[in-house]
Amino acid sequence: MDHFPTNWGRPRNDLNDAYNTYPLHQRPYNGPKDTFADGVQRTQQPIVTGTSVLAIKYKDGVMMAADTLASYGSLARFKDIQRLHPVGSHTVLGAGGDMSDFQYIQTSLDTLLIEEEITQNDGHSLGPSEIHEYLKFLMYGRRSKFDPLWNSIIVGGVKDGRSFLGYVDLLGVTYEAKTLATGYGAYIAQPLLRDAVEEREGQENSITEEEARKILETSMRVLFYRDARSLNKYQVATITAAGISISESQHLSTEWSFAEGIRGYGAQTQ
Amino acid sequence: MSSIATGYDLSASTYSPDGRVFQVEYANKAVENSGTAIAIRVKDGVVFAVEKVVTSKLLVPGANRRIQIIDRHIGMAMAGFLADGRHLAARARDEASNLRELYGPPTIRSVADRLGLYAQAYTLYSSVRPFGCSAIIGGYDKDGPALYCVEPSGVSYGYNGAAAGKGRTLAKNELEKLKFSELSTREAVYEAARIIHLVHDDAKEKDFELEMSWIGQESNFRFVPVPDDLFKDADQKARDALENFD
Repeated sequence: MDHFPTNWGRPRNDLNDAYNTYPLHQRPYNGPKDTFADGVQRTQQPIVTGTSVLAIKYKDGVMMAADTLASYGSLARFKDIQRLHPVGSHTVLGAGGDMSDFQYIQTSLDTLLIEEEITQNDGHSLGPSEIHEYLKFLMYGRRSKFDPLWNSIIVGGVKDGRSFLGYVDLLGVTYEAKTLATGYGAYIAQPLLRDAVEEREGQENSITEEEARKILETSMRVLFYRDARSLNKYQVATITAAGISISESQHLSTEWSFAEGIRGYGAQTQ
Repeated sequence: MSSIATGYDLSASTYSPDGRVFQVEYANKAVENSGTAIAIRVKDGVVFAVEKVVTSKLLVPGANRRIQIIDRHIGMAMAGFLADGRHLAARARDEASNLRELYGPPTIRSVADRLGLYAQAYTLYSSVRPFGCSAIIGGYDKDGPALYCVEPSGVSYGYNGAAAGKGRTLAKNELEKLKFSELSTREAVYEAARIIHLVHDDAKEKDFELEMSWIGQESNFRFVPVPDDLFKDADQKARDALENFD
Protein backbone atom coordinates (compact mmCIF):
# COMPACT_ATOMS: atom_id res chain seq x y z
CA MET A 1 0.00 0.00 0.00
CA ASP A 2 1.29 3.42 -0.95
CA HIS A 3 0.54 5.70 1.98
CA PHE A 4 1.36 8.94 0.17
CA PRO A 5 -1.97 10.40 -1.09
CA THR A 6 -0.02 12.73 -3.38
CA ASN A 7 1.07 9.68 -5.29
CA TRP A 8 -2.44 8.37 -5.84
CA GLY A 9 -3.03 10.48 -8.93
CA ARG A 10 -6.36 11.83 -10.17
CA PRO A 11 -9.60 9.98 -9.42
CA ARG A 12 -10.51 7.56 -12.15
CA ASN A 13 -12.93 8.69 -14.80
CA ASP A 14 -15.30 6.06 -16.16
CA LEU A 15 -15.51 7.86 -19.47
CA ASN A 16 -11.93 7.52 -20.51
CA ASP A 17 -10.66 4.77 -18.22
CA ALA A 18 -13.38 2.21 -17.57
CA TYR A 19 -11.02 -0.53 -16.43
CA ASN A 20 -8.56 1.55 -14.43
CA THR A 21 -5.64 0.75 -16.69
CA TYR A 22 -4.24 4.28 -16.89
CA PRO A 23 -1.98 5.68 -15.61
CA LEU A 24 0.30 2.64 -15.57
CA HIS A 25 1.37 1.37 -12.20
CA GLN A 26 4.35 3.62 -11.83
CA ARG A 27 4.66 6.20 -9.10
CA PRO A 28 7.30 8.48 -7.65
CA TYR A 29 9.73 6.64 -5.43
CA ASN A 30 9.70 7.78 -1.80
CA GLY A 31 11.95 5.09 -0.34
CA PRO A 32 15.44 5.61 1.03
CA LYS A 33 17.93 6.97 -1.47
CA ASP A 34 21.56 5.95 -1.72
CA THR A 35 23.26 9.33 -1.80
CA PHE A 36 26.59 7.77 -2.80
CA ALA A 37 25.24 5.51 -5.53
CA ASP A 38 27.15 7.33 -8.28
CA GLY A 39 30.30 7.68 -6.20
CA VAL A 40 31.41 4.05 -6.28
CA GLN A 41 35.04 3.18 -5.69
CA ARG A 42 36.34 -0.18 -6.76
CA THR A 43 39.09 -2.26 -5.18
CA GLN A 44 42.36 -0.36 -5.55
CA GLN A 45 44.67 -2.69 -3.67
CA PRO A 46 44.63 -5.97 -1.80
CA ILE A 47 44.35 -5.74 2.00
CA VAL A 48 45.09 -9.03 3.74
CA THR A 49 47.43 -10.90 1.42
CA GLY A 50 49.02 -14.27 0.93
CA THR A 51 52.34 -14.64 -0.85
CA SER A 52 53.69 -17.25 -3.27
CA VAL A 53 52.25 -20.63 -4.23
CA LEU A 54 54.49 -23.23 -5.88
CA ALA A 55 53.45 -26.27 -7.90
CA ILE A 56 55.01 -28.95 -10.07
CA LYS A 57 53.87 -31.96 -12.02
CA TYR A 58 55.43 -35.25 -11.00
CA LYS A 59 55.08 -38.95 -11.69
CA ASP A 60 51.73 -39.50 -9.94
CA GLY A 61 50.12 -36.10 -10.49
CA VAL A 62 50.55 -32.60 -9.14
CA MET A 63 52.16 -31.31 -5.95
CA MET A 64 51.52 -27.83 -4.60
CA ALA A 65 52.95 -25.85 -1.67
CA ALA A 66 52.02 -22.60 0.07
CA ASP A 67 52.92 -21.12 3.42
CA THR A 68 50.23 -20.40 6.00
CA LEU A 69 50.73 -16.66 6.39
CA ALA A 70 48.18 -13.93 5.65
CA SER A 71 49.88 -10.52 5.91
CA TYR A 72 48.29 -7.15 6.62
CA GLY A 73 50.63 -4.95 4.67
CA SER A 74 54.06 -5.82 6.05
CA LEU A 75 52.57 -7.07 9.33
CA ALA A 76 52.47 -10.87 9.72
CA ARG A 77 48.82 -10.69 10.80
CA PHE A 78 47.45 -14.28 10.56
CA LYS A 79 49.93 -17.12 10.82
CA ASP A 80 47.69 -20.14 10.40
CA ILE A 81 45.67 -19.56 7.23
CA GLN A 82 45.23 -22.37 4.75
CA ARG A 83 45.84 -21.14 1.21
CA LEU A 84 45.39 -24.51 -0.49
CA HIS A 85 41.73 -25.28 -1.11
CA PRO A 86 40.22 -28.48 -2.52
CA VAL A 87 37.45 -28.11 -5.12
CA GLY A 88 35.49 -31.29 -5.83
CA SER A 89 37.47 -34.52 -5.84
CA HIS A 90 40.09 -33.85 -8.51
CA THR A 91 41.29 -30.30 -8.00
CA VAL A 92 43.21 -28.08 -5.59
CA LEU A 93 43.46 -24.27 -5.76
CA GLY A 94 46.40 -22.40 -4.32
CA ALA A 95 46.04 -18.65 -4.06
CA GLY A 96 48.22 -15.63 -3.45
CA GLY A 97 46.90 -12.06 -3.19
CA ASP A 98 43.81 -10.85 -1.36
CA MET A 99 42.55 -13.47 1.07
CA SER A 100 38.98 -12.14 1.26
CA ASP A 101 38.72 -12.35 -2.52
CA PHE A 102 40.04 -15.90 -2.29
CA GLN A 103 37.38 -16.78 0.26
CA TYR A 104 34.76 -15.32 -2.09
CA ILE A 105 36.11 -17.51 -4.90
CA GLN A 106 35.90 -20.55 -2.61
CA THR A 107 32.25 -19.82 -1.85
CA SER A 108 31.29 -19.22 -5.46
CA LEU A 109 33.03 -22.43 -6.57
CA ASP A 110 31.17 -24.31 -3.83
CA THR A 111 27.86 -23.02 -5.22
CA LEU A 112 28.98 -23.95 -8.74
CA LEU A 113 29.83 -27.46 -7.57
CA ILE A 114 26.44 -27.96 -5.92
CA GLU A 115 24.66 -26.74 -9.05
CA GLU A 116 26.73 -28.61 -11.62
CA GLU A 117 27.86 -31.74 -9.86
CA ILE A 118 25.98 -32.59 -6.67
CA THR A 119 22.38 -31.98 -7.69
CA GLN A 120 22.77 -33.24 -11.27
CA ASN A 121 24.25 -36.54 -10.10
CA ASP A 122 24.65 -37.63 -13.73
CA GLY A 123 28.07 -39.19 -13.33
CA HIS A 124 29.92 -36.17 -14.70
CA SER A 125 32.23 -34.18 -12.47
CA LEU A 126 34.21 -30.98 -12.83
CA GLY A 127 37.92 -31.59 -13.32
CA PRO A 128 40.86 -29.21 -12.92
CA SER A 129 40.74 -27.95 -16.52
CA GLU A 130 37.04 -27.07 -16.19
CA ILE A 131 37.63 -25.25 -12.91
CA HIS A 132 40.55 -23.40 -14.52
CA GLU A 133 38.42 -22.41 -17.50
CA TYR A 134 35.64 -21.18 -15.21
CA LEU A 135 38.06 -19.13 -13.13
CA LYS A 136 39.52 -17.66 -16.31
CA PHE A 137 36.15 -16.17 -17.27
CA LEU A 138 35.36 -15.17 -13.68
CA MET A 139 38.66 -13.29 -13.27
CA TYR A 140 38.62 -11.72 -16.74
CA GLY A 141 34.98 -10.70 -16.32
CA ARG A 142 35.73 -8.97 -13.05
CA ARG A 143 38.80 -7.15 -14.34
CA SER A 144 36.73 -5.95 -17.31
CA LYS A 145 34.36 -4.33 -14.82
CA PHE A 146 37.41 -2.61 -13.35
CA ASP A 147 36.67 -4.55 -10.17
CA PRO A 148 39.16 -7.41 -10.17
CA LEU A 149 39.42 -10.29 -7.74
CA TRP A 150 42.93 -9.55 -6.54
CA ASN A 151 44.50 -12.99 -6.71
CA SER A 152 46.94 -15.09 -8.61
CA ILE A 153 45.76 -18.65 -8.50
CA ILE A 154 47.29 -21.99 -9.35
CA VAL A 155 44.87 -24.74 -10.32
CA GLY A 156 46.23 -28.26 -10.13
CA GLY A 157 44.65 -31.65 -10.39
CA VAL A 158 44.34 -35.07 -11.94
CA LYS A 159 41.34 -36.45 -13.77
CA ASP A 160 40.92 -39.38 -16.12
CA GLY A 161 44.63 -40.17 -15.79
CA ARG A 162 45.69 -36.75 -17.02
CA SER A 163 47.35 -34.22 -14.75
CA PHE A 164 46.70 -30.51 -15.15
CA LEU A 165 48.57 -27.48 -13.87
CA GLY A 166 47.37 -23.99 -14.76
CA TYR A 167 47.65 -20.39 -13.67
CA VAL A 168 45.12 -17.57 -13.66
CA ASP A 169 45.44 -14.10 -12.17
CA LEU A 170 43.54 -10.88 -11.48
CA LEU A 171 43.93 -9.72 -15.10
CA GLY A 172 42.49 -12.92 -16.51
CA VAL A 173 45.89 -14.00 -17.81
CA THR A 174 46.19 -17.78 -18.01
CA TYR A 175 48.85 -20.29 -18.89
CA GLU A 176 49.76 -23.90 -18.25
CA ALA A 177 53.20 -25.30 -17.48
CA LYS A 178 55.01 -28.19 -15.85
CA THR A 179 56.15 -25.92 -13.03
CA LEU A 180 54.30 -22.85 -11.77
CA ALA A 181 54.87 -20.21 -9.12
CA THR A 182 52.93 -17.08 -8.17
CA GLY A 183 53.98 -13.80 -6.57
CA TYR A 184 57.55 -13.43 -5.36
CA GLY A 185 57.99 -17.13 -6.04
CA ALA A 186 57.66 -16.43 -9.76
CA TYR A 187 61.01 -14.60 -9.55
CA ILE A 188 62.82 -16.61 -6.86
CA ALA A 189 61.45 -20.14 -6.98
CA GLN A 190 60.36 -20.64 -10.58
CA PRO A 191 63.99 -20.89 -11.85
CA LEU A 192 64.76 -23.44 -9.13
CA LEU A 193 61.69 -25.50 -10.02
CA ARG A 194 62.57 -25.35 -13.74
CA ASP A 195 66.16 -26.39 -13.03
CA ALA A 196 64.97 -29.37 -11.06
CA VAL A 197 62.52 -30.43 -13.75
CA GLU A 198 64.65 -29.61 -16.80
CA GLU A 199 67.38 -31.78 -15.40
CA ARG A 200 65.06 -34.60 -16.39
CA GLU A 201 64.34 -33.21 -19.86
CA GLY A 202 62.05 -35.60 -21.69
CA GLN A 203 61.39 -37.69 -18.61
CA GLU A 204 59.54 -35.35 -16.25
CA ASN A 205 57.26 -38.21 -15.49
CA SER A 206 60.03 -39.92 -13.59
CA ILE A 207 60.07 -37.47 -10.66
CA THR A 208 58.95 -39.45 -7.63
CA GLU A 209 56.74 -38.12 -4.88
CA GLU A 210 59.71 -37.94 -2.53
CA GLU A 211 61.83 -36.00 -5.03
CA ALA A 212 58.95 -33.62 -5.75
CA ARG A 213 58.49 -32.99 -2.05
CA LYS A 214 62.23 -32.30 -1.75
CA ILE A 215 62.21 -29.84 -4.67
CA LEU A 216 59.29 -27.91 -3.16
CA GLU A 217 60.82 -27.89 0.33
CA THR A 218 64.10 -26.48 -0.97
CA SER A 219 62.25 -23.79 -2.92
CA MET A 220 60.05 -22.89 0.06
CA ARG A 221 63.16 -22.54 2.21
CA VAL A 222 64.83 -20.21 -0.30
CA LEU A 223 61.60 -18.21 -0.42
CA PHE A 224 61.49 -17.95 3.36
CA TYR A 225 65.04 -16.59 3.35
CA ARG A 226 64.38 -14.09 0.55
CA ASP A 227 60.68 -13.12 0.76
CA ALA A 228 59.87 -10.77 3.63
CA ARG A 229 56.14 -11.67 3.43
CA SER A 230 56.68 -15.38 3.92
CA LEU A 231 56.59 -17.78 6.86
CA ASN A 232 58.49 -20.90 7.87
CA LYS A 233 55.23 -22.86 8.16
CA TYR A 234 53.80 -24.37 4.98
CA GLN A 235 51.42 -26.99 3.66
CA VAL A 236 51.79 -29.40 0.77
CA ALA A 237 48.93 -30.68 -1.35
CA THR A 238 49.23 -33.76 -3.51
CA ILE A 239 46.64 -34.54 -6.15
CA THR A 240 46.88 -38.00 -7.70
CA ALA A 241 44.51 -40.46 -9.32
CA ALA A 242 43.85 -41.72 -5.79
CA GLY A 243 42.53 -38.33 -4.67
CA ILE A 244 43.49 -35.19 -2.85
CA SER A 245 45.54 -34.88 0.29
CA ILE A 246 46.52 -31.63 1.96
CA SER A 247 49.14 -31.99 4.68
CA GLU A 248 49.10 -30.49 8.14
CA SER A 249 51.28 -27.39 8.31
CA GLN A 250 54.94 -28.31 8.61
CA HIS A 251 57.94 -26.40 9.87
CA LEU A 252 60.88 -25.33 7.68
CA SER A 253 64.26 -25.83 9.27
CA THR A 254 66.52 -22.82 8.75
CA GLU A 255 70.13 -21.92 9.43
CA TRP A 256 71.03 -18.41 10.60
CA SER A 257 74.55 -18.73 12.03
CA PHE A 258 76.00 -17.19 8.86
CA ALA A 259 74.30 -13.94 9.86
CA GLU A 260 77.06 -13.39 12.44
CA GLY A 261 79.57 -12.85 9.67
CA ILE A 262 77.55 -10.36 7.66
CA ARG A 263 78.89 -6.85 7.74
CA GLY A 264 77.44 -3.71 6.28
CA TYR A 265 73.95 -3.62 7.84
CA GLY A 266 72.97 -2.26 11.25
CA ALA A 267 75.25 -0.96 13.95
CA GLN A 268 78.34 -3.14 13.92
CA THR A 269 81.54 -1.51 15.03
CA GLN A 270 83.60 -3.85 12.77
CA MET B 1 -18.67 -36.02 -5.99
CA SER B 2 -21.84 -34.01 -5.48
CA SER B 3 -19.88 -30.78 -5.74
CA ILE B 4 -19.26 -31.28 -9.45
CA ALA B 5 -21.02 -28.84 -11.74
CA THR B 6 -21.78 -26.46 -8.90
CA GLY B 7 -19.24 -24.04 -10.32
CA TYR B 8 -17.20 -23.78 -7.16
CA ASP B 9 -14.41 -25.92 -8.56
CA LEU B 10 -13.51 -23.73 -11.52
CA SER B 11 -10.85 -21.66 -9.80
CA ALA B 12 -8.31 -22.07 -7.04
CA SER B 13 -9.34 -18.63 -5.82
CA THR B 14 -12.94 -19.63 -5.04
CA TYR B 15 -14.22 -21.29 -1.87
CA SER B 16 -17.22 -23.59 -1.93
CA PRO B 17 -20.02 -22.54 0.49
CA ASP B 18 -18.83 -25.15 2.98
CA GLY B 19 -15.31 -23.72 2.97
CA ARG B 20 -13.36 -25.99 0.65
CA VAL B 21 -11.13 -25.23 -2.29
CA PHE B 22 -11.92 -27.91 -4.81
CA GLN B 23 -8.96 -27.21 -7.07
CA VAL B 24 -6.67 -28.14 -4.21
CA GLU B 25 -8.59 -31.35 -3.63
CA TYR B 26 -8.34 -32.21 -7.33
CA ALA B 27 -4.60 -31.63 -7.10
CA ASN B 28 -4.52 -34.23 -4.32
CA LYS B 29 -6.28 -36.62 -6.69
CA ALA B 30 -3.42 -36.17 -9.14
CA VAL B 31 -1.04 -37.19 -6.36
CA GLU B 32 -3.14 -40.24 -5.52
CA ASN B 33 -2.86 -41.52 -9.09
CA SER B 34 0.90 -41.71 -9.03
CA GLY B 35 3.26 -44.49 -8.00
CA THR B 36 3.96 -44.64 -4.27
CA ALA B 37 6.79 -42.64 -2.71
CA ILE B 38 7.86 -43.22 0.89
CA ALA B 39 10.55 -41.96 3.23
CA ILE B 40 11.72 -43.21 6.61
CA ARG B 41 13.49 -41.09 9.20
CA VAL B 42 15.52 -43.16 11.65
CA LYS B 43 17.93 -42.25 14.41
CA ASP B 44 20.95 -41.58 12.19
CA GLY B 45 19.58 -40.93 8.72
CA VAL B 46 16.76 -40.81 6.20
CA VAL B 47 15.88 -43.31 3.47
CA PHE B 48 13.74 -42.57 0.40
CA ALA B 49 12.09 -45.13 -1.85
CA VAL B 50 9.87 -44.70 -4.86
CA GLU B 51 7.79 -47.08 -6.96
CA LYS B 52 8.41 -45.70 -10.41
CA VAL B 53 5.79 -47.06 -12.77
CA VAL B 54 7.32 -47.80 -16.15
CA THR B 55 4.86 -46.46 -18.71
CA SER B 56 6.57 -47.85 -21.78
CA LYS B 57 8.96 -50.65 -22.53
CA LEU B 58 10.83 -48.24 -24.79
CA LEU B 59 12.01 -46.09 -21.86
CA VAL B 60 15.67 -46.23 -20.95
CA PRO B 61 16.06 -47.83 -17.50
CA GLY B 62 16.75 -45.15 -14.89
CA ALA B 63 15.05 -42.39 -16.92
CA ASN B 64 12.72 -39.86 -15.26
CA ARG B 65 14.16 -40.05 -11.76
CA ARG B 66 11.61 -39.30 -9.05
CA ILE B 67 14.11 -38.80 -6.26
CA GLN B 68 16.08 -35.62 -6.73
CA ILE B 69 19.03 -34.07 -4.93
CA ILE B 70 18.40 -30.58 -3.56
CA ASP B 71 21.65 -29.84 -1.75
CA ARG B 72 24.60 -31.92 -0.53
CA HIS B 73 22.57 -32.97 2.50
CA ILE B 74 18.97 -32.64 1.26
CA GLY B 75 16.91 -34.80 -1.04
CA MET B 76 13.36 -34.90 -2.32
CA ALA B 77 10.99 -37.61 -3.53
CA MET B 78 7.92 -36.71 -5.53
CA ALA B 79 4.51 -38.27 -6.03
CA GLY B 80 2.11 -36.90 -8.62
CA PHE B 81 2.87 -35.08 -11.86
CA LEU B 82 6.56 -35.58 -12.55
CA ALA B 83 6.83 -32.25 -14.37
CA ASP B 84 5.33 -30.35 -11.41
CA GLY B 85 7.66 -32.23 -9.09
CA ARG B 86 10.70 -31.28 -11.11
CA HIS B 87 9.63 -27.65 -10.97
CA LEU B 88 9.27 -27.91 -7.18
CA ALA B 89 12.72 -29.54 -6.99
CA ALA B 90 14.24 -26.72 -9.02
CA ARG B 91 12.56 -24.23 -6.71
CA ALA B 92 13.80 -26.11 -3.63
CA ARG B 93 17.35 -25.94 -5.02
CA ASP B 94 17.03 -22.19 -5.52
CA GLU B 95 15.71 -21.76 -1.98
CA ALA B 96 18.47 -23.96 -0.54
CA SER B 97 21.14 -22.08 -2.45
CA ASN B 98 19.68 -18.75 -1.33
CA LEU B 99 19.56 -19.87 2.30
CA ARG B 100 23.12 -21.21 2.03
CA GLU B 101 24.38 -17.91 0.66
CA LEU B 102 22.86 -15.98 3.55
CA TYR B 103 23.17 -18.34 6.52
CA GLY B 104 25.38 -21.30 5.58
CA PRO B 105 24.22 -24.88 5.01
CA PRO B 106 20.39 -24.74 5.27
CA THR B 107 18.29 -26.81 7.65
CA ILE B 108 15.74 -29.18 6.12
CA ARG B 109 13.00 -27.36 7.94
CA SER B 110 13.84 -23.99 6.41
CA VAL B 111 13.81 -25.40 2.88
CA ALA B 112 10.55 -27.31 3.49
CA ASP B 113 8.93 -24.18 4.94
CA ARG B 114 9.92 -22.11 1.94
CA LEU B 115 8.70 -24.78 -0.44
CA GLY B 116 5.41 -24.83 1.49
CA LEU B 117 5.02 -21.07 1.06
CA TYR B 118 5.69 -21.46 -2.65
CA ALA B 119 3.11 -24.24 -3.09
CA GLN B 120 0.56 -22.28 -1.06
CA ALA B 121 0.87 -19.25 -3.34
CA TYR B 122 -0.43 -21.48 -6.17
CA THR B 123 -3.72 -21.97 -4.27
CA LEU B 124 -4.55 -18.26 -4.23
CA TYR B 125 -4.95 -17.16 -7.84
CA SER B 126 -7.41 -18.00 -10.56
CA SER B 127 -4.67 -17.72 -13.16
CA VAL B 128 -2.68 -20.71 -11.85
CA ARG B 129 -3.39 -24.24 -10.75
CA PRO B 130 -2.07 -25.84 -7.56
CA PHE B 131 0.82 -28.31 -7.96
CA GLY B 132 -0.34 -31.82 -8.73
CA CYS B 133 2.50 -33.13 -6.65
CA SER B 134 3.46 -33.94 -3.08
CA ALA B 135 7.11 -33.36 -2.27
CA ILE B 136 8.69 -35.50 0.44
CA ILE B 137 11.78 -33.60 1.46
CA GLY B 138 14.37 -34.86 3.90
CA GLY B 139 18.00 -34.86 4.86
CA TYR B 140 20.51 -34.55 7.64
CA ASP B 141 21.40 -31.15 9.12
CA LYS B 142 22.96 -29.79 12.28
CA ASP B 143 19.96 -30.99 14.30
CA GLY B 144 20.13 -34.53 12.90
CA PRO B 145 17.86 -36.30 10.44
CA ALA B 146 14.69 -34.51 9.32
CA LEU B 147 11.74 -35.38 7.09
CA TYR B 148 8.89 -33.21 5.81
CA CYS B 149 6.09 -33.57 3.29
CA VAL B 150 4.85 -30.58 1.30
CA GLU B 151 1.35 -31.10 -0.08
CA PRO B 152 -0.46 -29.28 -2.90
CA SER B 153 -2.29 -27.16 -0.31
CA GLY B 154 1.05 -25.81 0.88
CA VAL B 155 1.13 -27.43 4.32
CA SER B 156 4.46 -28.92 5.32
CA TYR B 157 4.37 -31.34 8.23
CA GLY B 158 7.30 -33.19 9.77
CA TYR B 159 7.21 -36.98 9.86
CA ASN B 160 9.05 -40.08 11.05
CA GLY B 161 7.63 -41.93 8.10
CA ALA B 162 5.95 -40.31 5.12
CA ALA B 163 4.06 -41.80 2.21
CA ALA B 164 2.31 -40.37 -0.84
CA GLY B 165 0.76 -41.76 -3.99
CA LYS B 166 -1.37 -44.74 -4.85
CA GLY B 167 -0.33 -47.08 -2.07
CA ARG B 168 0.00 -44.52 0.68
CA THR B 169 -2.66 -46.03 3.00
CA LEU B 170 -1.09 -49.47 3.01
CA ALA B 171 2.38 -47.93 3.18
CA LYS B 172 1.44 -45.79 6.18
CA ASN B 173 0.09 -48.91 7.88
CA GLU B 174 3.44 -50.62 7.39
CA LEU B 175 5.40 -47.52 8.41
CA GLU B 176 3.49 -47.32 11.69
CA LYS B 177 4.81 -50.76 12.64
CA LEU B 178 8.45 -49.61 12.43
CA LYS B 179 10.47 -48.56 15.48
CA PHE B 180 12.05 -45.39 14.13
CA SER B 181 14.25 -44.75 17.13
CA GLU B 182 15.83 -48.22 16.95
CA LEU B 183 16.33 -48.82 13.22
CA SER B 184 19.67 -48.10 11.59
CA THR B 185 19.73 -46.40 8.21
CA ARG B 186 20.88 -49.64 6.58
CA GLU B 187 17.98 -51.57 8.10
CA ALA B 188 15.62 -48.82 6.95
CA VAL B 189 16.75 -49.42 3.35
CA TYR B 190 15.51 -53.02 3.59
CA GLU B 191 12.24 -51.89 5.17
CA ALA B 192 11.69 -49.24 2.50
CA ALA B 193 12.32 -51.72 -0.32
CA ARG B 194 9.99 -54.22 1.33
CA ILE B 195 7.18 -51.68 1.72
CA ILE B 196 7.40 -50.50 -1.90
CA HIS B 197 7.29 -54.07 -3.20
CA LEU B 198 4.41 -54.88 -0.84
CA VAL B 199 2.41 -51.83 -1.84
CA HIS B 200 2.85 -52.39 -5.58
CA ASP B 201 -0.28 -53.84 -7.13
CA ASP B 202 0.76 -56.38 -9.76
CA ALA B 203 -2.79 -56.70 -11.05
CA LYS B 204 -3.02 -53.06 -12.15
CA GLU B 205 0.49 -52.13 -13.32
CA LYS B 206 2.83 -54.57 -14.84
CA ASP B 207 6.20 -53.00 -14.54
CA PHE B 208 7.89 -50.75 -12.05
CA GLU B 209 11.38 -49.66 -11.13
CA LEU B 210 12.42 -49.34 -7.50
CA GLU B 211 14.37 -46.15 -6.83
CA MET B 212 16.14 -45.57 -3.52
CA SER B 213 18.34 -42.84 -2.06
CA TRP B 214 19.62 -42.23 1.43
CA ILE B 215 21.62 -40.02 3.74
CA GLY B 216 23.40 -41.01 6.93
CA GLN B 217 26.69 -42.07 8.45
CA GLU B 218 27.32 -44.65 5.72
CA SER B 219 26.78 -42.13 2.92
CA ASN B 220 29.14 -39.71 4.68
CA PHE B 221 26.11 -37.47 5.38
CA ARG B 222 25.64 -36.82 1.69
CA PHE B 223 22.29 -37.41 -0.01
CA VAL B 224 23.06 -40.03 -2.67
CA PRO B 225 21.46 -43.02 -4.36
CA VAL B 226 21.73 -46.20 -2.27
CA PRO B 227 24.92 -48.04 -3.35
CA ASP B 228 24.42 -50.75 -5.97
CA ASP B 229 25.26 -53.81 -3.87
CA LEU B 230 23.01 -52.77 -0.97
CA PHE B 231 20.26 -51.80 -3.41
CA LYS B 232 20.34 -55.16 -5.19
CA ASP B 233 20.34 -57.04 -1.90
CA ALA B 234 17.43 -55.04 -0.47
CA ASP B 235 15.49 -55.42 -3.74
CA GLN B 236 16.06 -59.19 -3.80
CA LYS B 237 15.16 -59.65 -0.11
CA ALA B 238 11.95 -57.67 -0.67
CA ARG B 239 10.97 -59.86 -3.63
CA ASP B 240 11.74 -63.02 -1.63
CA ALA B 241 9.74 -61.82 1.36
CA LEU B 242 6.77 -61.11 -0.88
CA GLU B 243 6.85 -64.58 -2.43
CA ASN B 244 6.89 -66.27 0.96
CA PHE B 245 4.08 -64.00 1.98
CA ASP B 246 1.77 -64.99 -0.88
